[in-house]
Amino acid sequence: MSLFRVFDIAGSAMSAQSVRLNTTASNLANANTAAGSADEAYRARQPVFQTVLNQQAMDNSSAGVRVADVIESQAAPLRVHQPGHPAADEQGYVYMSNVNAVDELVNMISASRSYQNSVEVLNTSKELLLRTLTLGQ
Amino acid sequence: MPLDIDSHFAVHARALSVASQRLKLLADNLANADTPHYKARDIDFAAAMQNAGKDQVALQTTRAGHISEGGDNPNHAQPLYRVPDQPSMDGNTVDSQKESAAVAETAVRYQSTLTFLNSRIRGLRLAITGGR
Repeated sequence: MSLFRVFDIAGSAMSAQSVRLNTTASNLANANTAAGSADEAYRARQPVFQTVLNQQAMDNSSAGVRVADVIESQAAPLRVHQPGHPAADEQGYVYMSNVNAVDELVNMISASRSYQNSVEVLNTSKELLLRTLTLGQ
Repeated sequence: MPLDIDSHFAVHARALSVASQRLKLLADNLANADTPHYKARDIDFAAAMQNAGKDQVALQTTRAGHISEGGDNPNHAQPLYRVPDQPSMDGNTVDSQKESAAVAETAVRYQSTLTFLNSRIRGLRLAITGGR
């Protein structure tokens, strides 16, 4: 019965999107974090999605999505002159995180829309299954 | 004239199976709406229903390594890749709006099939009890 598989698929999508929302929250929370060197500066994180392929199915149909990896942005951190900052180096510079707030907000909206889509599909198939159960009554 | 219950329900059983298979594919597409290089798939409902009555010729699979071409399950329709209206930069061909519309359409089809099945069952029951 394919309809039961919909629960797995929509569930995997919801969990993947919530990882994406988590990284967005982490990035936004650390948008103004300063560090003493470029290596220590916070770098924006992004999840990498991957299709899960179902080997048992004869048509090699996929079975949802998973987070394959969480990568860090390689953009250079912003160097700001703040001599009064406790983490400032000898020249008085601190290194701000390389988070782009606009990117993160767009990501957040996209993730929440995708999440909503999955919930919608889940609800629809749940309703259909329940109606199938009452068939002939 | 004897009633063949199998053929009495056959088309609707097939329709339910195709609709649930399509719903699964659409859920897959929506789940992978943000996965790079994912290609959206769908099945042609009309074509799948037209193949319903036909005898399917399938390759026999006698060992674990043999690849079935989907013919051993007559209720299994072959998924096709969707042609994207607006190709995206990451190679993903899922159109969320299209998929949501298709989910709604398939759900209505599924529910109408359930309604047909229910009325058939009610008719049979009426015939059995004679309206008592």
